[in-house]
Amino acid sequence: MLYDVLIAPFLDMADSPVFFAEVVIVGLLTGVMYSLVALGFVLIFKASGVFNFAQGVMVLFAALTLVGLMEHGVPTWLALILTVVIMVVLAYGIEWFMLRRLVNQEGIILFMATIGLSFVLQGLGETMWGSNVKALDIGIPDASFEVSGILLNEFDLFAAASGAVLVAVLAVFFHYTRIGRALRAVADDHQAALSVGIPLKTIWVIVWAVAGMVGLVAGIMWGAKSGVQFSLSLIALKALPVLILGGFTSVPGAIVGGLIIGVGEKVAEIYWGPLFGGAIENWFAYVLALVFLLFRPQGLFGERIIERV
Amino acid sequence: MTENTRKIGNTLLRVDDITLSFGGVHALNGVSFEIKEHEILAIIGPNGAGKSSMLNVINGFYHPQKGTIAFEGRERKRMRPHVAAEQGIARTFQNIALFKGMSTLDNIMTGRMLKMKRSFLWQALYWGPALKEEIENREFCEKVIDFLEIQAIRKTPVGKLPYGLQKRVELGRALAAEPRLLLLDEPMAGMNVEEKEDMCRFILDVNDEFGTTIALIEHDMGVVMDISDRVVVLDYGRKIADGSPDAVRANGEVIDAYLGVSHE
Ligand SMILES: Nc1ncnc2c1ncn2[C@@H]1O[C@H](COP(=O)(O)OP(=O)(O)OP(=O)(O)O)[C@@H](O)[C@H]1O
Ligand SMILES: [Mg+2]
Repeated sequence: MLYDVLIAPFLDMADSPVFFAEVVIVGLLTGVMYSLVALGFVLIFKASGVFNFAQGVMVLFAALTLVGLMEHGVPTWLALILTVVIMVVLAYGIEWFMLRRLVNQEGIILFMATIGLSFVLQGLGETMWGSNVKALDIGIPDASFEVSGILLNEFDLFAAASGAVLVAVLAVFFHYTRIGRALRAVADDHQAALSVGIPLKTIWVIVWAVAGMVGLVAGIMWGAKSGVQFSLSLIALKALPVLILGGFTSVPGAIVGGLIIGVGEKVAEIYWGPLFGGAIENWFAYVLALVFLLFRPQGLFGERIIERV
Repeated sequence: MTENTRKIGNTLLRVDDITLSFGGVHALNGVSFEIKEHEILAIIGPNGAGKSSMLNVINGFYHPQKGTIAFEGRERKRMRPHVAAEQGIARTFQNIALFKGMSTLDNIMTGRMLKMKRSFLWQALYWGPALKEEIENREFCEKVIDFLEIQAIRKTPVGKLPYGLQKRVELGRALAAEPRLLLLDEPMAGMNVEEKEDMCRFILDVNDEFGTTIALIEHDMGVVMDISDRVVVLDYGRKIADGSPDAVRANGEVIDAYLGVSHE
């Protein structure tokens, strides 16, 4: 038994490095989507201190809107633009109806409000576009090809590349622009940010809009693979272990954490899955995150917290 | 001191009958005074006298139950932080409030927030006018950095800096806004003698070179006597004296407030 758990899987990996590489690559690609969803969480948490339970539903809502528009005969490019506009309007709405009213309330109250928001969004999405499973095809080729024996899929590569580009653009934006600086300032110290004239409300709209955008990209990729339906919002459950791993306030943590979880669960599923009767993918991420926490309670990139006495 | 550049002008800010309480605590009780253009006003008083509360009222963090705040003649019941910033009021905090994860330069750049107006879209593209604007404002911040002699820590995350330097960076952030009125809450607290001397020099230079009006809270009487043109004394939320440093020093009630004697 010990042999089966500790030794045999590694022998399998060594036996067929090409297959192992394929497993890792599929894991990385899945990881990119986890990273994106976790990124949405982190942005909102940093800037407004809100743990956004509705992040997963925002992914669903964005994808539903896009598919819905396309089903009504709107061309893909126009549907994309309209969806972006709708996500921005949604961010305004959330600021106006929710954040503004609840400012200075305890974190738990805002958290509850986002639970409410997730029901509203889900209901809204399904009322507008129906609750049947929809296929999403935005015209990205889906052919497979081989590179030195390793089987790759065009769509997966495209998805990973767009995820990477999005993250790079956001990184530049946060680091080198006035608004990016304002976002980081608000995340660091609300009072000081107010004193230099940073408009908190505008910043909130921007982070929620950006989180919506990131959700849209994740929704497109995921939706194109497995159809747009309610289960899309459950992707948020995968973001949770990513956040435990990467820390709730670290952007690099979200990205690297997502990749680790993506690869970890795929490798575990393939090599250790059969030992547990399969389907360990669903809970393995949590185990990985918890084990990790034992050794690094501050998360991947967090600084060690030393209690002042 | 060169009297010609430091000519004290008209009233820049007037607070009138400000009353502020937190539950049962009267932090401020009918306090009125003026800050004149180009002057350095010191606000002093024992711990808990209401000095910080007064600054918080002026820049809109606290809203008084009674009284008015008039900046440049425009009277308001309450200030709001972003309005204060837009009007040219910049400040530092008693407990340093910097953006700890950001570099010195980035912290100071946030002080230019309101000087940069390019739209979101340009910035998202980080191109054209937005890039030009970014560069111009960075140049200004480099001047502030030179002025405060903190070139060596431009790129250092401020959370890693020693206390004295953090205070200096915080002053830099306020200066970057080119304020009309600069509010400093205990800018020298916790500093050693040498650091205090530097800070005094910066405050005097800012006032002298740019004509910036300054209101500062300070506990060190030596410093207060040296650098201020006028002193307002608060005690238990009331103003008990207002005048030249010498007059205030000779004031019996002030001496008693500091010695904790009841004056009768
Ligand atoms: N946000 C607040 N909530 C409740 N009470 C407050 C608040 N801010 C100030 N106070 C109270 O108001 C009174 C005046 O406080 P303030 O901080 O203005 O004093 P200070 O003169 O700045 O004192 P110090 O020299 O210690 O800084 C104190 O009794 C303080 O406890
Ligand atoms: Mg104080």
